[in-house]
Amino acid sequence: MSKDWPLWEVFIRSKNGLSHKHAGSLHAADAEMAIENARDVYTRRNEGVSIWVVESSHITASNPEEAESLFDPAKDKVYRHPTFYDLPDEVTHI
Amino acid sequence: MNLEQQFQAKIDQEIKIEPRDWMPEEYRQMNIRQIAQHAHSEIVGMLPEGNWITRAPSLRRKVALLAKVQDEGGHGLYLYSAAETLGISREELIDQLHEGKAKYSSIFNYPALTWADMGAIGWLVDGAAIMNQVSLTRTSYGPYARAMVRICKEESFHQRQGYEILLTLCRGSEAQKAMAQESLNRWWWPALMMFGPNDTESTHTEKSMNWKLKRKKNDDLRQQFVDATVPQAEFLGITIPDPDLKWNAERGHYDFGPINWDEFWQVVKGNGPCNKKRMNDRIKAHEEGAWVREAAMAYAEKRRMRKEAQATEKVA
Amino acid sequence: MNRQEALFHYALQMGDNALIIGQRLSEWCGHGPVLEQDIAITNIALDQVGQARSWLQYAAELEGKGRSEDDLAYLRPEFEYRNVLLVEQPNTDWAYTIVRQFLFDVFNFYLHAELQHSTDSGIASIAEKSLKEITYHLRFSSEWVIRLGDGTAVSHRKMQQALDDLWMFTGELVEMNELETGLASSGIVPDLEKIKPLFEARVAKILEEATLIKPESPYMQKGGKQGLHSEYMGFILAEMQSLQRQHPGLKW
Repeated sequence: MSKDWPLWEVFIRSKNGLSHKHAGSLHAADAEMAIENARDVYTRRNEGVSIWVVESSHITASNPEEAESLFDPAKDKVYRHPTFYDLPDEVTHI
Repeated sequence: MNLEQQFQAKIDQEIKIEPRDWMPEEYRQMNIRQIAQHAHSEIVGMLPEGNWITRAPSLRRKVALLAKVQDEGGHGLYLYSAAETLGISREELIDQLHEGKAKYSSIFNYPALTWADMGAIGWLVDGAAIMNQVSLTRTSYGPYARAMVRICKEESFHQRQGYEILLTLCRGSEAQKAMAQESLNRWWWPALMMFGPNDTESTHTEKSMNWKLKRKKNDDLRQQFVDATVPQAEFLGITIPDPDLKWNAERGHYDFGPINWDEFWQVVKGNGPCNKKRMNDRIKAHEEGAWVREAAMAYAEKRRMRKEAQATEKVA
Repeated sequence: MNRQEALFHYALQMGDNALIIGQRLSEWCGHGPVLEQDIAITNIALDQVGQARSWLQYAAELEGKGRSEDDLAYLRPEFEYRNVLLVEQPNTDWAYTIVRQFLFDVFNFYLHAELQHSTDSGIASIAEKSLKEITYHLRFSSEWVIRLGDGTAVSHRKMQQALDDLWMFTGELVEMNELETGLASSGIVPDLEKIKPLFEARVAKILEEATLIKPESPYMQKGGKQGLHSEYMGFILAEMQSLQRQHPGLKW
C-alpha cells in the first residue's frame, strides 16, 4: 500500500462575517489530519478563524463544455437587476 | 474555430485556463513539467538551508530560518497541488524526481558552507526566484497562477531575511565581512544561471510565451535581476565577482560578463557538488516515511470500518 | 537563594526544556515522512523555540546583569543547562519523535495549566500564552500515538519500542528538584505531586486507545534538572553554539 493519502480541498473563513473560501488542497489520511494539516499549511499567517475540509473525490463539478447552456441564459435576464427599472429622481430611498 | 484556436483565443484574451477546460495535450504536459520542476525546487531547496537551522547563531535567526524553510515546504505543497489538477498524482511526481526524470533548480546542487550563505541564498536565490515568480502570477493556467500569488505574498520576507543577515555581517567584524564576500563570490554566478539558458538556446521559449505559460524571457528576467541587485551589493559594500560588470548608459542597464554555461549544463546533468547528496536525502526521507504513511492510512481505514459497524449495529 | 534568583533559575529550566526539544524537532525540517507532516512538525518546533525565547528573555530580565536570551542560549556550558533528559533524546525516527513529544506534551500541558495561575505574573503570562500552543501539540501528538499504535503491525512495534526506550525518562518530569520545592511553597509553581496522577491518567488513556502497553520498568533516569545530562547533550550544544563559540562577542 504505497498510495498517496487522499486529496482534500480546503476552505478557510478568514474572519467571522465572511464565507469560507477555497484556499487550496493537501493530502491527509483522515478528516482530523486534514483539518490539522490545513491549519499548518494554509493558516500559518493568521489567515483563518474556521476551516472546512472535504475529500476532493466528493466534489461534483459542472462540466465546462456545458458552460454555455448553463450560464449564458442568465446573461439577458436584465430584469433581475435594479437598474432595469426606471424611477423618477424625486423618489428616494428605494 | 477549432478547439485549439478557441483555446488560443482564450489565452490571448487573458482568460485563465481551469482544470476541466479543454487544453491541448502539449499544454498540459508543459504545465506539468514546469509546475513540477518548480515544486521540486522548493522541496530540494529546503535542504541547503535546513542544514543551518540547528546552527543559526541567534534565536531570532533560528526562528526566521525555520519559518522560511517551512514556507518553502508549503510552497512545494501548493505547487504539487496545482500540478495534481492536471491529472498527475503527487506520488508520480515524487517518483519522477527520485528516478532522476524530473528536474529542479540547479542552484540547490551547490553547498551551503557558511552562515553567510543563509544571507546569500535569501538575497540572491530568493531574489532571482521572486523575479520569475512575480511574472508567473499572470501565467495562463489558473491553479498555477493562484499558487504563485500566494507564494509571492509569502516570499516577500524571505529575501529581506537574507539581506538583513548579510547587512549585519557587513557591518560586523572583518571576519564577518569576509564571510559575506566569500559567499557572494560563490553564489553570484549560479544565481544568474537560475534564469535558465539564453533564449536563443532555450527550446520551449516560443511555445511557452504564446501559451503564456511563461510571461517573460529568461534573458529579460536575468537583466532585471542584475539591475536590481548591483545597487544592493554596493549598499552592503561587497563586490560582485564580475570584472565586466558596468553600467551601460545607452542601454539603461548593467552589462555583465559571460556566464559559464558549461558549468551550468554539467550541474544540470548531475555533476554538481551536491546533486547526489540532495537526491539521497530526499529519497531517504521518503523511504523512511513509508511506514508512517502506510500506518496512517491503515488506521484511517480501520476507524472508518469501526464507524460503519457501529452505525449498522444501531440500525439493527 | 532569594526569590529573584529562584525565579531566574526556574525560567532557565523552562526555557531549556523548550529550546532543546525545539532544537531536536527542527532537525526534521526538510526530512519529514510526508510534506504535510514536515510542515506540521516544524510548526511545533517554531512554537517551542518561541517559548524558549520568552522564558530566556524573562530569565535575562530577572537576572538583571545585561545578559540576553542569546547569551543564555549560546554561552552557557552543558552543566548549566537544566532541561530534562527526555527532551535531549535523539529523533531516531517518527515513532521516537512522536512518543517523546507526547510524553513531554502531557506533562507540559498540566504544568502550564497550573503555571498560568502562578503568583508570579511573569510566569503566569508566559504560561497562559504557551498553553494554547501546548494544547494543540498534545492534540497532535496524542492523535499520532493512537494512529501509529493502532496502525499497522510495523508501526505498532516501532511505537512500543520507542515507548519502552523513552519511558525511563518520564520519572524526572514529575519529580520535584530543590528549586521547584522552594517555589511551590510560595505558590509560584505547582506541586508536581499534583501533576503526577494527571500525567499518568492521561498517558494511560491514550496508550490504551493506541493499543500500546505502558512499560513495567519502575527504574527512572534523572539528572537533567540538576545539570547532569546524557551524552547527546554535548553534541546538541556543540552544534547549536558553534558560531557563537568560534566568533565570540559578535552580532549576527
